[in-house]
Amino acid sequence: MARRLVTLLFLVLAAMAAVSGLAAAQDGEAVEGTLRGPDGEPVAGVTITVEQDGQEIGTTTSGADGTWLVPVPAPGGYDVTLDAATLPDGVALRDADGATLPAVTVRPGQQRTVLFPLVAPGAADDGAAPGPAPPPADTGPGIGALLAQLTVSGIKYGAIIAIAAIGLSLIFGATGLINFAHGELVTIGAVTAFFLNAAAFGPGMGLIPAALIAIVVGAIVGGALELGLWKPLRIRGTGRIQLFIISIGLSLFLRHIILVIFGSRPRPYADYVIQQVMIFGPVAITPRDLVITVLSLVVLVAVGLMLLRTRVGKAIRAVADDRDLAEASGVDVSRVILYVWVLGGALAALGGILFGLSEIVAWDMGFRLLLLMFAAVILGGLGSPFGAMAGGLLVGLVAQLSTAYFPVELQNAWALGVLILVLLVRPQGIFGRAERVG
Amino acid sequence: MDFLVILADAGRGALGPVAAIYALAAIGLNIHFGYTGLLNFGQVAFMLVGAYGVAVTVAVFGGPLWLGVIVGLVAAVVLAFLLGIPTLRLRADYLAIATIAAGEVLRLVFNSGVARPVTGGVFGLQQFAGAFYAVNPIPSGNYGFGRLTFSQRDLWVMLVGWGAVALATLGVFLLVRSPWGRVLRAVRDDEDAARSLGKNVYGYKMQSLVLGGILGALGGMLLAVDAQAVAPNTFNPVVTFYLYALLILGGAGTVLGPVLGSVLFWFLLLFIDSALRQAIGAGYIPDEVISPADVGAVRFALVGLGLMLLLIFRPAGILGDVEEMRLEAGAGATPRRRRRGRKARPAAGKRTDERVGG
Repeated sequence: MARRLVTLLFLVLAAMAAVSGLAAAQDGEAVEGTLRGPDGEPVAGVTITVEQDGQEIGTTTSGADGTWLVPVPAPGGYDVTLDAATLPDGVALRDADGATLPAVTVRPGQQRTVLFPLVAPGAADDGAAPGPAPPPADTGPGIGALLAQLTVSGIKYGAIIAIAAIGLSLIFGATGLINFAHGELVTIGAVTAFFLNAAAFGPGMGLIPAALIAIVVGAIVGGALELGLWKPLRIRGTGRIQLFIISIGLSLFLRHIILVIFGSRPRPYADYVIQQVMIFGPVAITPRDLVITVLSLVVLVAVGLMLLRTRVGKAIRAVADDRDLAEASGVDVSRVILYVWVLGGALAALGGILFGLSEIVAWDMGFRLLLLMFAAVILGGLGSPFGAMAGGLLVGLVAQLSTAYFPVELQNAWALGVLILVLLVRPQGIFGRAERVG
Repeated sequence: MDFLVILADAGRGALGPVAAIYALAAIGLNIHFGYTGLLNFGQVAFMLVGAYGVAVTVAVFGGPLWLGVIVGLVAAVVLAFLLGIPTLRLRADYLAIATIAAGEVLRLVFNSGVARPVTGGVFGLQQFAGAFYAVNPIPSGNYGFGRLTFSQRDLWVMLVGWGAVALATLGVFLLVRSPWGRVLRAVRDDEDAARSLGKNVYGYKMQSLVLGGILGALGGMLLAVDAQAVAPNTFNPVVTFYLYALLILGGAGTVLGPVLGSVLFWFLLLFIDSALRQAIGAGYIPDEVISPADVGAVRFALVGLGLMLLLIFRPAGILGDVEEMRLEAGAGATPRRRRRGRKARPAAGKRTDERVGG
């Protein structure tokens, strides 16, 4: 019996991979799922309603393939109700009181999958058989366990931000450019991997080779931008503010080209989507998130070692620190700047793939990460790669831990609030040299 | 393809309420960026507080419209101080990131469930500008010629909007010719020179931020009144980018730049929009290349491309003077060698002296 229920729930979980044909809201937040009966067959024509504070947000009916999707206007908590009266004969809710799932948390940009376990009527309320834990609910047992859980997800979020932000910081240090289009490098990486991995007309390769190619593409895009756009502009002597606004134009341009190609609907990768949660003491984590976290930290350490130990790394730090002095000491500055762009593009692409894997791939994911990357870079001190790493982790932790006490839709607001606070008391950043910045 | 329809759509965009709203906000931004050299990337936050000042006062607390306008203006002044005190002493690019972050924080907070009793959360607030339309003196009907027509409702908003734009333009014209305006430009051109002449640079920057913020808030109010609705997601950072694009198109640091820029920007945007839709409808552009649903994205991509080309090839815009607007404010991190090269140019040096002395 227990075995059958586990299989059944696994089938319901498989809903996460299903691609529904409905259009999502512009910002991409939605509640979705797939209804499958005890035999694994999709259940169509079931009405599902999403409410917030008793106010109806939207209602939908599951399609022929059992999928349903309700776009929601913003992140936050929503109550999702399945109208049991519309269930076909021979199918019932396993948990008769489970028709309404209260306070389903939708994070920014997330398409939250909601499960309604369905069984044959006789099997209903067989409470003795524990299925695998549903996706970790936000109403955890104790505050300590909750904080531990959030710390782990904060480290994951922060490490991804840090990986993407290193390039931003190095580029600023080496060229003085605040690159507003850095978020698009993140999106390009994630979207390239998506097309290689999961697109209907793509080659459908595994995510790991797709990610490796996407990282190379990110590096090439970074290098091409430097050679084709920024270097000629620097030679012309274009002013810094002018370059800054040009990067905003580039960001708008690239982002909307990606929107035309990729479409507005956020989509997941094809691999590593359905996973059993592993429990370590108070912390529940999927193998996927564990790998993302460990991999991100390994990459951060590797980049750090590269910057500290290798010749190229030392040259990069020298240029980021003082360009004129590095040039006078015989460093080939324009070559090092090219390396910085290639490295930054590759790291941004990797960050995008990891973010797309842990959340979802969307056309504006890089832009939504951009402000958090800026926060990370400024917190750590503009131009310092190690500062960007520490700042990224701090931003991720603040964003996630704030959800223990404050609404989830404000998590990024807290991270940006910390940025403004740091500018107020220590504008050069935590690790920045105390120099005049005004 | 009906060329007259395209022209009428574009004309409606160029003269309509939205162009007036953006012109008003861009005049404010022009004071910040064009005359003082402040990289304020949170202009949309001023529009947000202006719009919500009106909406919350009327729709939630049942106050009169004029009180809402005052609340919106006071909120803009408060926001300017909150933004300015921590950031105005910083280098220009820090200000840019701090202001854009502050704008996002405001949008997220207004969007959140916590703020719903006051702001209406994601749904925003509706139907608060009845008093504005009740005093519409224009008899009902449609006005215009040919295909280019406006309803009496639009015409009333346009009348007030363009009237405000005219007054603001006149105000800016008088201000920048005054001694106060000359100090502002001195701060923009060389902050240290202005400081060494005993000017309180920080104070002038703050006054500029407050003044431009008030104009931004007025733009936001007009936006709220025009739509009879406010929702936080209207006020996303892209609005500020548009303001920069149209300000630089018209010419930052010129009196008429933001107005010309706004008219031209909306004319071009709606021209492209309408022409693309017509071309797709008539089959000149196959659906596989650009589908009608992608037209919005394509025109935004073109805005981005236009902004880049404009800054690369003509950063002074249409009306600007290349020497006047070199976008060099806060050039602290520019390599020293290049800066010295610039300053050595006799024309530039002479002009700076004149301005600071005046």
